[in-house]
Amino acid sequence: MVQYTQPHLDSVFAALADSTRRGVLEQLGRSEASITDLANRFHMTLTGMKKHVGVLERTGLVTTEKVGRVRNCRIGTRRLEEAAAWIERYQQLWDARFSALDDVVEELQRKERIDGRNKK
Amino acid sequence: MDATRNSESATERNPVTVERTSERELVVTRTFDAPARLVFEAWTKPELFRKWWVPKSMGMTLRSLEMDARTGGSYRLDFGDGMDFFGTYLEVTPHSRIVWTNEEGGDNGSVTTVTFEEKGGKTLLVMSEVYPSKEALDAAGTGAADAMHETFGQLDDLLAQLHA
Repeated sequence: MVQYTQPHLDSVFAALADSTRRGVLEQLGRSEASITDLANRFHMTLTGMKKHVGVLERTGLVTTEKVGRVRNCRIGTRRLEEAAAWIERYQQLWDARFSALDDVVEELQRKERIDGRNKK
Repeated sequence: MDATRNSESATERNPVTVERTSERELVVTRTFDAPARLVFEAWTKPELFRKWWVPKSMGMTLRSLEMDARTGGSYRLDFGDGMDFFGTYLEVTPHSRIVWTNEEGGDNGSVTTVTFEEKGGKTLLVMSEVYPSKEALDAAGTGAADAMHETFGQLDDLLAQLHA
């Protein structure tokens, strides 16, 4: 069996599996925020939010930058696009397959019509 | 993550919808302008199945195909170079439902269920692939789809060269 491992995607999907982290992504999609802002908004401790941001940062979904004593977070889009591309490729495959299946089924219908006519 | 995509219908082709409905499941839907018994036939007769399962754009050649589409029957698709896909039909109910295992994936193999629902001479096909775990789905990477994507890439390059 050919195994296509995609460690990036594994970690992206793992990161997106958590509702808080999806919320953080949505929030950062609107505007940058510090970890303290995010912790307040999601009613979490600073430590808890740091962990979530850490998970997102490792996947490349979020980038952070320390400015003075504040760590600013912003969205990093690259990996999200990768995840979408994966589904898109899967869809392309099925689109091509089903288009060929249309032809096969059409051919069957044509044969049936001809056979039906011949029987009359 | 719920990722839904609809194919752009540049042609009159019916659209395909792919949706990751849960951590472990991918669902593909498509309507066919034909009765269910004909669509079902194309999924269960090897001489018909091989005509569409490996479309040209996939850039792969099916070396051999064995399929015994009955409940408890088995199948094997051999693409050469050690790449083969095989499993068992868990259920084959004429014109309405086919369920099979994908055993080449070992413990991470998915179970595929295809249902055919006829309405007004058209058939709604729903295909679900359920993986044993979220990790298995993520890692599957839809190998065949990746291979096809590469083929598209090669085709793009070739077309670009021809136009140059």
